[in-house]
Amino acid sequence: MMDFSGIIPSLPGLWNGMLMTLQLMVLGVIGGIVLGTILALCRLSSNKLLSNLAGAYVNYFRSIPLLLVITWFYLAVPFILRWITGEDTPVGAFTSCLIAFMMFEAAYFCEIVRAGVQSISKGQMGAAQALGMNYGQTMRLIILPQAFRKMTPLLLQQSIILFQDTSLVYAVGLVDFLNSARASGDIIGRSNEFLVFAGFVYFVISFSASFLVKRLQKRLTV
Amino acid sequence: MNYNWDWGVFFKSTGIGSEIYLDWFVTGLGWTIAIAVCAWIIALLLGSILGVMRTVPNRWVSGFATAYVELFRNVPLLVQLFIWYFLVPDLLPENLQEWYKQDLNPTTSALISVVVCLGLFTAARVCEQVRTGIQALPRGQEAAARAMGFRLPQVYWNVLLPQAYRIIIPPLTSEFLNVFKNSSVASLIGLMELLAQTKQTAEFSANLFEAFTLATLIYFTLNMSLMLLMRMVEKKVSVPGLISVGGK
Amino acid sequence: MISIKNVNKWYGDFQVLTDCTTEVKKGEVVVVCGPSGSGKSTLIKCVNALEPFQKGDVVVDGTSIADPKTNLPKLRSRVGMVFQHFELFPHLTITENLTIAQIKVLGRSKEEATKKGLQLLERVGLSAHAHKHPGQLSGGQQQRVAIARALAMDPIVMLFDEPTSALDPEMVNEVLDVMVQLAHEGMTMMCVTHEMGFARKVANRVIFMDKGMIIEDCQKEEFFGNTGARHERTQHFLAKILQH
Repeated sequence: MMDFSGIIPSLPGLWNGMLMTLQLMVLGVIGGIVLGTILALCRLSSNKLLSNLAGAYVNYFRSIPLLLVITWFYLAVPFILRWITGEDTPVGAFTSCLIAFMMFEAAYFCEIVRAGVQSISKGQMGAAQALGMNYGQTMRLIILPQAFRKMTPLLLQQSIILFQDTSLVYAVGLVDFLNSARASGDIIGRSNEFLVFAGFVYFVISFSASFLVKRLQKRLTV
Repeated sequence: MNYNWDWGVFFKSTGIGSEIYLDWFVTGLGWTIAIAVCAWIIALLLGSILGVMRTVPNRWVSGFATAYVELFRNVPLLVQLFIWYFLVPDLLPENLQEWYKQDLNPTTSALISVVVCLGLFTAARVCEQVRTGIQALPRGQEAAARAMGFRLPQVYWNVLLPQAYRIIIPPLTSEFLNVFKNSSVASLIGLMELLAQTKQTAEFSANLFEAFTLATLIYFTLNMSLMLLMRMVEKKVSVPGLISVGGK
Repeated sequence: MISIKNVNKWYGDFQVLTDCTTEVKKGEVVVVCGPSGSGKSTLIKCVNALEPFQKGDVVVDGTSIADPKTNLPKLRSRVGMVFQHFELFPHLTITENLTIAQIKVLGRSKEEATKKGLQLLERVGLSAHAHKHPGQLSGGQQQRVAIARALAMDPIVMLFDEPTSALDPEMVNEVLDVMVQLAHEGMTMMCVTHEMGFARKVANRVIFMDKGMIIEDCQKEEFFGNTGARHERTQHFLAKILQH
């Protein structure tokens, strides 16, 4: 019935797909955390305008599907770049997907960072200020390092979710792991086997990563 | 090549029959709601059963539920959709396979696949919420119910679940919203739900910014209305003095 | 050194401080006491502007806090503060706790800051713990580190906000000993505390607060010696606290 032998010769191609998936995830997570942290600081700021803007950003991206963002950006980014630069700037699906992931995930990371910052007691803020630190120093040296330590498991969990969600780039034809498995399977007429294999690989990676995160979480809480 | 803004595009003819673009969005929204609601019913039923199973003092029963959750949570939704759409029909018995692939119209078979897929996918998440809700209850509740002579199913049905559901309404709400958002993957197997209609409008009319703005607004409104609906449900079933998880 | 002039503070409609006026002179040790919720912690936090107030002014060493042009971080760096819950930074080692503000705020070099920090750590008797994290120390030890951390900034005045009330009873004295020593060295101090023994031993003046107002502000000898002349609420408070 099922014949998995065709997978072995296709492994190099699948590996390239996996590299694409990992690249998207890692860059998406880094960009998402940076942007998300900035958003979180805006949300927590006493400036009403800033905090409302950041709040609107988060609400907006949390109420639309990631797939919509990916599709839209794929179509829109070339237009927007042309408006900015005034000339045709070719951007591939990779760049537009990456921007989509960063901006979308930033909304989720923002909420994680915000909760993390709020979980640090008010006294820490007071103590840092009493030592003469300004707002920037207090956040950078005292509050954020503690908050990030607490948030690490949640940030990692969100990254695992993004790892799975990168498969949605299938919609714009980017050859990530899933898409390379689909393509290789179709060529030799074994698409079902390749699909099962892809699912298995995703499962093993996500499952072991979640397992490690859970262990880390236990270590951090004890 | 310049971009021509035209916010009136939604009222223009699509060139297909007498339809205007807005009709496409309405049809798409209809499909999105249909998929999400059907999947949610499956998710809620199956998820509740699994959630109860995870808390039952029997290793095999709870182990099965745990395995289910791990399996469905660690495989990307799109992979699961492809499995249900492409692979599972191939595994059906001969005559059933023929019916599914040939007699059924393609929209119906895609709809069945996506509803089953989303339902089972979301069930894993609902399961975790139900379990959390049950485990958040004071231990004494189960003991008290047993002491009154209830058998285990009665304990769950009469004492634990009514309390658990009430305290997990907020996280269940966000899962409910997720089903609507996740239903957009149906566009990848050719179902003309909201996202697919948006894309089609963008391609036909070349007014992609307008099309996606409207889609965003529809999703946003849908989200807000569902949130309000769930708040109303929460208020309606609220019991004074009952603990709440993550409530304010 | 510190002069508090008609400070008023509201949380919404609720007035937490009403017309508080007092002074702490150079070299003076002033103890602030009163029942919980009397506003004494809020008042001391107004001195380094950790709590904003709506009316009045606090002048620290010639610098007005109400003046919007005042550089508050700079002012705070010259005022040492010790908190009820220590507020050491849990992600940093003891040494880092002692040096971080010296380096980042005062701009001292790392070597200089470390030398100073370790010196003060020795003074509070905790040299052996320099490389530990705050979580590995007892409450009393943490509070002594917190005092050393404040002293490392070479403050012109030290504020103590109930420094012993979060401690287990057996640890109270080790912290008070450090404070007494500090007082004897001539440090200007403002202490919110219930430790009347400490007040008797080193205070110059005692302030009693209730319901956001300064009810009593007099020399120690007068406060403890002439109880008959005290306000009714003061007598009531002292009777409760000195019973045992």
